[in-house]
Amino acid sequence: MKVRLITATAAFALMLGTAMSAQAASTLRYCSEGSPEGFGPQLFDAGTTLDAVRPVFNRLIETKFGTTDPVASLAEKWEVSDDGLTYTFHLRQGVKFHTVKGFKPTRDFNADDVVFSFNRMLDKNNPYHAVNGGTYAYFEGMGMPDKMKSVEKVDDMTVKVTLNAPEAPFIAELGMEWASILSKEYADQLEKEGKKEQIDLVPVGTGPFVFVDYQKDAVIRYKANKDYWRGKQKVDNLVFAITKDPAVRKAKLEKGECDIYPYPAAADLAELKANPKLTVEESEGPNVAYMIMNNKMKPWDNKIVRQAVNMAINKDAIVKAVFAGGAKPAVNPLPPTIWGYNDAVKGYPYDPAKAKEMLESQGVKDLKVDLWYQPVSRPYNLDGKKMGELMQADLAKVGINVNLVTYDWAEYLKRMHAGESPLGQIGWGADIGDPDNFMYLHGCGGTGNPPGQNNEKWCNNEYDALLKQGLETSDQAKRVEIYKKAQELIHEEAPIVPIVHSVTFMPMSKKVDGYVIDPLGIHNFENVGLK
Amino acid sequence: MSEAAKTAGTIVATPAPVLTPRREVWLSLKSNRGAMAALILILLLILCAIFAPLLAPHDYAAQNVDIALTPPAWAEGGNSSFLLGTDGIGRDILSRLIYGSQFSLMIGLIVVTLSLTVGVLLGLVSGFHRGTVDTLIMRLMDIILALPSLLLAIVIVVLLGAGLANAMIAVAITNIPHYARLTRAAVMSELTKDYVVASKVAGAGTLRLMFKTVLPNCLAPLIVQSTLGISSAVLDAAALGFLGLGAQPPTPEWGTMLADARQYIDSAWWVVTFPGLAILVTVLAFNLLGDGLRDALDPKLKR
Amino acid sequence: MIRFVIQRVLLIIPTFLGAALLTFVLIHAIPGDPVQMLLGEKVIDPVRHQELLAQIGLDKPLPIQFVDYVWNVLQGDFGKSIQSKESVLSDFFQLFPATLELAFCAMVFAVVIGIPAGVLAAERRGSVYDHTLMGAALTGYSMPIFWWGLLLILFFSLYLGWTPVSGRIDLDYYFEDGTNFMLYDSLVSGQEGAFASAVSHLILPTIVLGTIPLAVIARMTRSAMLEVLGEDYVRTARAKGLSGFRVVGIHALRNALIPVVTVIGLQVGTLMAGAILTENIFSWPGVGSWLVNSIYQRDYPSVQGGVLLIAGFVILVNLSVDLIYGLLNPRIRGRR
Repeated sequence: MKVRLITATAAFALMLGTAMSAQAASTLRYCSEGSPEGFGPQLFDAGTTLDAVRPVFNRLIETKFGTTDPVASLAEKWEVSDDGLTYTFHLRQGVKFHTVKGFKPTRDFNADDVVFSFNRMLDKNNPYHAVNGGTYAYFEGMGMPDKMKSVEKVDDMTVKVTLNAPEAPFIAELGMEWASILSKEYADQLEKEGKKEQIDLVPVGTGPFVFVDYQKDAVIRYKANKDYWRGKQKVDNLVFAITKDPAVRKAKLEKGECDIYPYPAAADLAELKANPKLTVEESEGPNVAYMIMNNKMKPWDNKIVRQAVNMAINKDAIVKAVFAGGAKPAVNPLPPTIWGYNDAVKGYPYDPAKAKEMLESQGVKDLKVDLWYQPVSRPYNLDGKKMGELMQADLAKVGINVNLVTYDWAEYLKRMHAGESPLGQIGWGADIGDPDNFMYLHGCGGTGNPPGQNNEKWCNNEYDALLKQGLETSDQAKRVEIYKKAQELIHEEAPIVPIVHSVTFMPMSKKVDGYVIDPLGIHNFENVGLK
Repeated sequence: MSEAAKTAGTIVATPAPVLTPRREVWLSLKSNRGAMAALILILLLILCAIFAPLLAPHDYAAQNVDIALTPPAWAEGGNSSFLLGTDGIGRDILSRLIYGSQFSLMIGLIVVTLSLTVGVLLGLVSGFHRGTVDTLIMRLMDIILALPSLLLAIVIVVLLGAGLANAMIAVAITNIPHYARLTRAAVMSELTKDYVVASKVAGAGTLRLMFKTVLPNCLAPLIVQSTLGISSAVLDAAALGFLGLGAQPPTPEWGTMLADARQYIDSAWWVVTFPGLAILVTVLAFNLLGDGLRDALDPKLKR
Repeated sequence: MIRFVIQRVLLIIPTFLGAALLTFVLIHAIPGDPVQMLLGEKVIDPVRHQELLAQIGLDKPLPIQFVDYVWNVLQGDFGKSIQSKESVLSDFFQLFPATLELAFCAMVFAVVIGIPAGVLAAERRGSVYDHTLMGAALTGYSMPIFWWGLLLILFFSLYLGWTPVSGRIDLDYYFEDGTNFMLYDSLVSGQEGAFASAVSHLILPTIVLGTIPLAVIARMTRSAMLEVLGEDYVRTARAKGLSGFRVVGIHALRNALIPVVTVIGLQVGTLMAGAILTENIFSWPGVGSWLVNSIYQRDYPSVQGGVLLIAGFVILVNLSVDLIYGLLNPRIRGRR
């Protein structure tokens, strides 16, 4: 009897399955690609996590929708001192923090919140510094503990930030998630209640959506912030349905179980575009995938060998097989969407015969070498294994026999940073719309001693000098020239093989209104509506 | 005695001529249609593995992006040169499956050999030296069994690095307790028997007792467990491959092929279907044979 | 009897401690560290890197870390996740209901179909039914379940569109302060269609996870039934003219069930391993996928805590089976 009842209800559910979703007209459902690590904007660096905290918070500076241009947000205006070391921010009046279970703000946003937010990360004596681990990955990863000297309150609505050295991209860097503004009032209340950990579990910000609930690994729920200073949202609720498999995300969109999703599988694009109920928004991604040749190992210390390898890789085949056409072959280590891109540089042609000749002229024949392929899918490289197999075939044609190797991601990064990889895939996605964010990866700071992120372990004093000049110059036109020169240099020296810049695709239901792909690759649901 | 055992007994008993135990087993196995079918299938698989270079229509690693995701020959858009279609970078699936049989058989054999050797040794030591050694070994086996096998295997592979060899080691380790327990139980029941007592009295050393006297008499359950072990080894290694921890490219291991295929579940069913079918058939064959061997070797165990 | 229980309970303590030590050693031997995982492609100064490791408590010698860990666990503190910064216990118990619900449904599915199938096969021994059922059981037993799951999604969700693709319930349903047992939550919430939605989301994962236990139970039931059916009292009952159903269903089955119960208990461990794959395929938010992810992230406290809790669960279930078996079968008690 029980069995029959269950089958009956199940059948009933199947019939109603599609009809039921109609009632939620004003819930925007986003099938996200993974679980957030948590909800503290300062603690994490992973894109997936940042997407989940973004709806809740604002920063002093944000980027204009659909561009990489920094614009005023919680800071209405700012001044920079002549030496480029002191920034004075004038804050926005009348901005309200969220009300959540157990916390109701009694005052508006002010300088205390800004000072608290930065000092939590910067000042080891801050009562919140060690709370929830004390590792501020993004802040650390951007080198901020060294760059920032102090953050002080001038008056209730003015804050002064002092740097240790001039940093031309600093304003743009303040648009990153680690610079989100938390509520000091909330922090104080939690401290009194002895629940400091809550600050990163139930986030309180000033952003467009209020955090409601997180069912681990399953669903994140937000509701619209009625008092949002940029105006109320067009939808009442925002829901992230965590769906790790791209094929499943696609099926859920097609079946109406979600409205929009990121990172579609390349193989599905044609079908998605053909579906009359869906649209696929696309935009060139601010990223680059590249192959490193370890300049500290033979024969990759030889410029001609490196140039030859640049001619051996068939980037068009990679674009086709790995990205199903959703990528552009790369020429420079900087993507064309970031200002300062050098159009004048022409990529090395795909010419295996010439490459082989050049290699043989340098005595490189029947070489056996390891090529490391990325074990995880990244926006700039959807399928490291497949890309590796293609590279393997390409290199075999010029007499380099490649053995494909991988480690799991943590180990892969660590070993590659340590310079253990002879040939290997890596890549980068923009944090900010500034060329330095990409170009610094290949510098050695004039020391001749390559830092970890310089995976190809290539050092060039001329290049380092250009980088330094770029950071110290505040005039953008001059900076463009500097970075263009740096790109010419890196092209000639060829320490890496730039592979592709992938295109960002966002498949969505035709009902979704006003979604703009962010050129920095973040997913932003502010002001997105449903028709 | 069970009904099943009685029937098995009568079959053997009627043809009076002298039967060596080996012949007895063979006769019983031969009368089991399922086991014979499985045996033939396994022989075919072995032939397939040996003659893979001759049988495979294409190079298993040859890529051609232009013909990626060609459907099987009989489906619309298929190409008779690629009987079972091609995968995401245009490799012939049939050729990859044929070469894949080499890896599956190798995985089965190596894993079983490894875990059998270690397990039997531990079991023998445990069974002979009761007391502390026994307790320690058996506790360790309990601990391994208490941890979900796949989870333990994942930890070991992550520890050693992804790859076919390490995946095999991981699977072998998780399988050791079965052999150790089985051997220990068999040893303990044999040790009380007269012939063992007799050779002890005759002054046989421990090693001799272990390997010459007792072990040969415990072989039956071990043979059965090993055959069944091949199938579970193939399955577990494929599961690791599916999670991306098994064989590395361009190795055409079936589980790894499935992991790659996942992204095509909606657009190219053939990439998903055939490698799984190959795993299923292989595992099924070894299970059938194992069942048959069990019936033949030990009528009491007959299911 | 009490001595038997105490003996069995005491025996699990070394197993549990050993499991703790084994996981601890294995997981810490894995190269790569959690700080790098948090940083992604970015790099920080090696000195600072070391400081951050120290903050997480990973700078002390391993033996000391282990003793600290065990001491804390004994006080019920499993530490904090390096990833989520939440307590491992709270992470675990947020996710465990999903796994438990799935495992429970899979077991019910396996028992409800497996036992009748085994009985039928034994009763009609050698018939077409027997061969078909046992053939199917052996196929199920040989099934690579990760592939099986993909096939089912391909057919039922994508091709026929009958079942939802993934998730535990339709996104429109939300239960504040729920227990995370979706069947229960949806039922008591009284929201229309909620229960049906939860059930429909459970169907495919249940089948996938239940396939192997189903095969094992069916095979075991058949052989146990054959054994019992051959015994004298059953023959006598039959000779006395009792109906086939009463003989098979009541007398024989009751006795055949004893070994079957043991097998069901042993399947719990298998289920936990199967859950890792099933959860992976269906994006099921349970402990299996969480643990695998934690291994990759080098989230030591989560892996250790999770593995221990699961091992503890498996050990406890096995212990209960042992005890039940002991109760059902007094001969065992005497022997140990």
